[in-house]
Amino acid sequence: MSSNHAVAGEQPAYDYKVVRQFAVMTVVWGVVGMAVGVLIAAQLVWPELNDLFQPYSHFGRLRPLHTNAVIFAFGGCALFATSYYVVQRTCQTPLFGGFLVPFTFWGWQLVIVLAAITLPLGYTSAKEYAELEWPIDILITLVWVSYAIVFFGTIVKRKTSHIYVANWFYGAFIIVIALLHVVNSMSVPVTMTKSYSMYSGAMDAMIQWWYGHNAVGFFLTAGFLGMMYYFVPKQAGRPVYSYQLSIVHFWALISLYIWAGAHHLHYSALPDWAQSLGMVMSLILLAPSWGGMINGIMTLSGAWHKLRTDPTLRFLVVSLSFYGMSTFEGPMMSIKTVNALSHNTDWTVGHVHSGALGWVAMISIGSVYHLLPILFGRKEMWSVKLINTHFWLATIGTVLYIASMWVNGIMQGLMWRAFNADGTLTYSFAEAVEASYPGYFVRVLGGVFFLTGMLLMAYNTYRTTAPSKEEEANAQAQAA
Amino acid sequence: MDINTLKGLSTVLVMITFLGICWWAFSPSRRKGFNDAANLPFADDVDPQQHKLHPNSDEDKADKL
Repeated sequence: MSSNHAVAGEQPAYDYKVVRQFAVMTVVWGVVGMAVGVLIAAQLVWPELNDLFQPYSHFGRLRPLHTNAVIFAFGGCALFATSYYVVQRTCQTPLFGGFLVPFTFWGWQLVIVLAAITLPLGYTSAKEYAELEWPIDILITLVWVSYAIVFFGTIVKRKTSHIYVANWFYGAFIIVIALLHVVNSMSVPVTMTKSYSMYSGAMDAMIQWWYGHNAVGFFLTAGFLGMMYYFVPKQAGRPVYSYQLSIVHFWALISLYIWAGAHHLHYSALPDWAQSLGMVMSLILLAPSWGGMINGIMTLSGAWHKLRTDPTLRFLVVSLSFYGMSTFEGPMMSIKTVNALSHNTDWTVGHVHSGALGWVAMISIGSVYHLLPILFGRKEMWSVKLINTHFWLATIGTVLYIASMWVNGIMQGLMWRAFNADGTLTYSFAEAVEASYPGYFVRVLGGVFFLTGMLLMAYNTYRTTAPSKEEEANAQAQAA
Repeated sequence: MDINTLKGLSTVLVMITFLGICWWAFSPSRRKGFNDAANLPFADDVDPQQHKLHPNSDEDKADKL
């Protein structure tokens, strides 16, 4: 396979402009989305904060804004940036698609801005993680189809004979998200801002969580595993531990994830057999998830010493630890008897954030720290020390967040199921809320830690991208 | 044919598919190709010093540069 290797010192003229745009917007939307997260976390401790600017600042309207901003704006921009970068570098060819490339950037930013306007105004389809109304859904579809054309067009014109495993994960993510979005968003429009889902009852619920869980499985997992398979080997300076394992766990992961959504509907009107199927599939899912985690972490064997000096690598490796942790917790929570305790409690919220902050955000942050110096022609980030500070803020923030939600969740579950001897409930719902206050406060603290880290990243990014004083002086000296 | 026979057969079929993928991925004749593929992230480096590292370099002495 000599065609896999270009002559050293020669590189095609890669299209880095769109990668630069998406990478910078990843940082911007990360700050915005997490700031909204801290605000709504604070609203649960101090309910007066709901009244900042009613009705737009109400928790019920800001919560979907937070989830859309962190998943689709922050996570989405990170996926666009890294997939466009990785597909070019591993196919050794510039992006395919001409005007479609800038269209995916500006189209996606327009989607985000429209979401930030319509959600506080109260326009929502009321489907979790798919709240946006139908005109925006159509725009998303157009952007996504363009994304697929650019990505797969680039793969088709590749100069290498093999398609690198990262591209398989990115490709699966792009195809499945298109499928999920189109099927789940099917609706009957009534006005420009209101539509009704085409499905009803238990069918609607099942389709919603088939979408919802695969948004986790493909948007927040497969896409970010693509990131892992390029940036972990690259930052560690070693190829992936086992390429064969990456193939087996790819096919296992994508064929299993699609069945697991029913575990969101345990003890609901969903038929019992469908709940059990969802549970069994979720349990089996542990194997391919850990296959990816082990493959990523073992890539460092023989290069562990690099962790001591390289905070970017630390982000990438710790993200894999959180990935392993949350993909163990997920199957466990899908067991019906465990779910009877955890369902609708803060444990679920903690589990999601163990994945979202620990895995998704940290691997994105690590990848962006790897990318920015390359994209802006720098040797390294403006301050490596600040990356290290960011790493510790992010880690402590995540641990505070998930630990407080574990305590809250288990406590709520136990209080809700406590009965007196005569069969009446031991605690009223409000008593469980009151008991949750300390945990809610610790969560705000964790969120502030994480957000502070993101602000440091934004400053570091600004200093890295702006021309330095020496550069300006050199430019003047050369001119003189 | 009983529907349950079909369900049983589908389980066997998925099992065979999985074992087939494992066999395909891990068969020794493909190891060289996959080692090359694993090095793709380094293939277009301007600085070629990191080329052709093998993850299991102790076992794969035959493939070493």
